[in-house]
Amino acid sequence: MNIQSKTTTRGLVRGGETLKQHRDRLMEATRKTRHYAGLTRMELRDSDPIQYNKLFSRLRAGVVDARETSKKIAASPIVEQEGELCFTLYNAAGDAILTSTGIIIHVGTMGAAIKYMIENDWESNPTIRDKDIFCNNDSLIGNVHPCDIHTIVPIFHEGELIGWVGGVTHVIDTGSVGPGSMSTGQIQRFGDGYSITCRKIGENDTLYRDWLHESQRMVRTTRYWMLDERTRVAGCHMIRKLVEEVIAEEGIENYWKFAYEAVEHGRLGLQNRIKAMTIPGKYRQVGFVDVPYDHEDVRVPSDFAKVDTIMHAPSEITIRPDGTWRLDFEGSSRWGWHTYNAHQVSFTSGIWVMMTQSLIPSEMINDGAAYGTEFRLPKGTWMNPDDRRVAFSYSWHFLVSAWTALWRGLSRSYFGRGYLEEVNAGNANTSNWLQGGGFNQYDEIHAVNSFECAANGVGASAVADGISHAAAVWNPEGDMGDMEIWELAEPLVYLGRQIKASSGGAGKYRGGCGFESLRLVWNAKDWTMFFMGNGHISSDWGIMGGYPAASGYRFEAHDTNLKEIIARGGEIPLGGDADPENPTWEALLPDARIKRDKQAITTEAMFKDYDLYLNTMSGGPGFGDPLDREPQAVADDVNGGYLLHRFAESVYGVALKKAADGLLGVDEAGTKSLRAKIRKERLAESVPTREWMARERERILAKDAGLHVQQMFAASFKLGPRFEQEFRKFWDLPEDWKLMEADLPIPSYGREYTMDLSELPDVKTVQFVEE
Amino acid sequence: MAYTKAKIKDLVDGKIDRDTLHTMLSTPKDKERFEIYLSILQEQAPWDDRIILPLGPKLFIVQRKADRKWVVRSLAGYDFCDWRENWKLHARVRVRETPAQMEKLYPRLMAPSPEWQVIREYFCPLSGDLLEVEAPTPWYPVIHDFEPDVDAFYTQWLGLEVPERAA
Repeated sequence: MNIQSKTTTRGLVRGGETLKQHRDRLMEATRKTRHYAGLTRMELRDSDPIQYNKLFSRLRAGVVDARETSKKIAASPIVEQEGELCFTLYNAAGDAILTSTGIIIHVGTMGAAIKYMIENDWESNPTIRDKDIFCNNDSLIGNVHPCDIHTIVPIFHEGELIGWVGGVTHVIDTGSVGPGSMSTGQIQRFGDGYSITCRKIGENDTLYRDWLHESQRMVRTTRYWMLDERTRVAGCHMIRKLVEEVIAEEGIENYWKFAYEAVEHGRLGLQNRIKAMTIPGKYRQVGFVDVPYDHEDVRVPSDFAKVDTIMHAPSEITIRPDGTWRLDFEGSSRWGWHTYNAHQVSFTSGIWVMMTQSLIPSEMINDGAAYGTEFRLPKGTWMNPDDRRVAFSYSWHFLVSAWTALWRGLSRSYFGRGYLEEVNAGNANTSNWLQGGGFNQYDEIHAVNSFECAANGVGASAVADGISHAAAVWNPEGDMGDMEIWELAEPLVYLGRQIKASSGGAGKYRGGCGFESLRLVWNAKDWTMFFMGNGHISSDWGIMGGYPAASGYRFEAHDTNLKEIIARGGEIPLGGDADPENPTWEALLPDARIKRDKQAITTEAMFKDYDLYLNTMSGGPGFGDPLDREPQAVADDVNGGYLLHRFAESVYGVALKKAADGLLGVDEAGTKSLRAKIRKERLAESVPTREWMARERERILAKDAGLHVQQMFAASFKLGPRFEQEFRKFWDLPEDWKLMEADLPIPSYGREYTMDLSELPDVKTVQFVEE
Repeated sequence: MAYTKAKIKDLVDGKIDRDTLHTMLSTPKDKERFEIYLSILQEQAPWDDRIILPLGPKLFIVQRKADRKWVVRSLAGYDFCDWRENWKLHARVRVRETPAQMEKLYPRLMAPSPEWQVIREYFCPLSGDLLEVEAPTPWYPVIHDFEPDVDAFYTQWLGLEVPERAA
C-alpha cells in the first residue's frame, strides 16, 4: 500500500512561509485591520525615525541612480532620450516599497506580475531561485501594453527571499502586426506582438540562450530590444546589490520592517494629503475618445471591427470625512476591437502617476496609495475587459483621456480651498504618435515610434497658463527629444518644428500649446507610417469657463516632386502648418497627393523618399472665462505664435493694433467694446438650460444622433445599469424608449459572448478592484 | 508654511511671484489658507452675503443675507438655485454643434467634429460671464459636477463652525 505522508515544505520567504502563504497572511491582516499588513503601528518608523528615513533615502537614491546609470546602456532614443524606463523595489509579497523616477505607472504593473507568479505557484514550478531573471509584458495580467517589457529579479538574503526588484523599458517594437510599439492594425491580442507571461529567462544572472535567440527574432528592432534588456538587467542588479549592502550595514531586521512599514506609510500619507488638500463630497466628470474605424485608411483584418465608436469613461469620486476615497467608473463603455483596452492595474496604477503631480508630490510612491483607494471598474469595460482576446497595444489612447477628467474633479476641491496653485484644467491627449517602419537609412529592418509627444501642452492652472510643449501625463520627466537624435533614429528629416498655434484651450489662463514637426522621408526603403491621434474629439475639457484643447488632424503628402523642386531651388514646405484653415503647402506641391483631414487614426500607409508627414502635438485645456484674460497676454500670444490672430477677437474679445515696435499691441477701447458685444451675443445666442434640454430630449426620443453616439450609450447602459437609470431619469424618458446595441445596424461582436482569462485551466487571476 | 494675506491675494489675482508659488507647490499646505482666501473673495465680491465655498472664479455657494438660505450665486449676483442642486440647469446655455460655430473657437481641422462632440457653454444670465464649459457627445446629461460635504469640511477638517443655514 502506498501511504502518502503529509510533509511540510519550507517556503521561500524569509521565516519559512511560501510566497502564497505570505501574501495571503498580509492581505487578510490588511482586510481585518484596514492597515497594510495589519500594521496598526509602525515599529521602526515610530521607534527610530532617523533609521527609517535613512533607509528610505538611501534606497530611493539608489533606485533613481540605477535608472539614470542603466539608461545609458540603451540605444533606443525612447529610453535614452525620453527616459521611458523605471525601476521599483518590492517586498516579498510584491507590494512596491519605493520607485525611481520615469514611467512610474509600473509601480503597480510589475507588482501585478509578481503577484501573478505568487498566486500561480511559480515557487514550485518553474521555481524561483537566487539570481533568476524573469520577463513579463502580459497585458492580461496587469501590464499597460506589450511594449512595456518588465525584467523582474528576486532578492534573497541568506537563502531566503526578501523581496523583488523590477525594471521596465518601453521598447520600440514588439513584433505586432504593424511596426511601432503602439500600433493600430491589429484588433486582437494575437496581433499585438510578442507576449511573455512571467517567464524565467535566466539563472545565475545569465540570460538563457534559447530566450536570446527566440526573443530577438520576435521583434523588428533587435538591437534596441537587446540593449533595452541589458539596461533593465543592469538596473535590477544595481538595486539588488544596493539592498545587499544596506542589509549588511543596517541589519536585516530593520530592512524587513521597512519593507512593509513603507507601504503603510504611503497609505497613511495619501489619506493625510486628501484631508490637507481636498474637500469631502462627490465629484463627477467624464472623458471620451473617438475610435473612427469606419474609414478607408483604417485597414483591419476583421469586418466586425470596421465601425466608428466612442470610448466613454464617466467617473464619480467620493471623498469621505475620514480622508478615504472611492473612484467609481460606472457607465464606462465595453472593451472594443481595437488596441485601446486597458487592464485594471494599468488604469489604477496610472492614476498614481497623475496624483504624484498634485495630490501626493512625494518621493514615497509605492503601493500604499493603492491600498488607500477603493476603485470600482465594472467587469467587461474597456478598463477591465472580460475577454482574453482583447488587444492593448495603444491603451494610452483612452487612459490619458479618461484620467484627464479626474484633474477637473480634484481641481474643484483645490479651488474651493484656495490652493489655486494646484489647480490643473487637465492633461493633453498625448498624441499624435508617428509610427511606422521598413528598412531604414542603415539598411536594417526598423520600426519607429516618435516620442515627441512626451512634450505636450499642460493644462492651465488657476494662477497661470499651462506650460507649452512641456510634458506628458504618463512621464513627469518627459522630453520632446533632440531633432538630431530623432534623425539618427528615423529616416525622417525635419523640415520644421514649431509651436502649434491655437492648440491650447482658451481661458483666463490658457492651456499650454503643443508643437508640430514636419518630416520628410529620406533614405527609407519599403517604408510605411501611420497616425495615432485624437481627431474628432478633444478629450481634454477646460474647467470653470476654460475651453477644451484643440483636437488633432492629419496631413500627409505623397508624390511631392520635392526632389525636383529642391534641385531647381524652388520653395518647399518648411516650418509648421501654421493655420490649417488657410493652408499654404498645397500650392508649393501642385502635383502631390495630399491627405488633410480629421482622420487622425490610420493604419500603415506606404511612404517613399520625399513624402511628407506632419506630426502635431496636442495642447492642454484652459481655465476660466477667456474674456477675463489679460488683454496684453493675448497680444503676446499672437506675437509669439501661440494664438492665431483672428481668435484674439472671436474668443478673447481683444482688439489688436500695430504698436510702434512693429508688434501687435492692445487696442484698449476696441477691446472694451468688443468684450461688451460678446457678452451681449452670449446672452442673445443662449437659452435657459431647461429649454435646451426639452429640445435635446426630442432628439433622444427620435434617436437623432450618429450611430457611434448611440452605440456608446447602448454599450454603457448594458454594463452600467445605474448609468442608464440616471440617463433615463435626467431626460425623463418613457419606459418604451430603449437603446440596445443589438438593434443598431452595425456589428457588435463581443456584446454577448466573452471568455475571460480566468476561465483558462490552471490560471488564477488576481483581482485588484471592485468589479 | 504660512503666507500673508497680501501673498494670498496676489495668488487670487494671478500675480503671485515665482518663488512664493514654488514654495506653495513644494511644501505642506497651510491649513489657514481657506479663511484668508474667503476673506479676500468676500472683499472682492460686489455683495456682502457670506461666501460659504467658492465653486469657480465667478461662482460661489453663499449664505443669502435676507433669509439665511444657502444658494449658488454668480459674482454678478444671480442666484441660480439651492446649493445642493445643479446650478447649470438654471443657467443659460449655448451649444456649439455646427462646424461654423466650432470654427469661431478653433481653426478648421483643429475643432471637434460636432457629430461626435458638442461644446456647451453655461453663462450667467445677468452678466454673460462664462462659468463652465462641457464638451460631451450629443445627448449627454448635464453633469452635476460637485456636491461638497460642507458640514464635514468645516467642522471635521477645519475646526470651523458651520454658518447658519435656513431649511
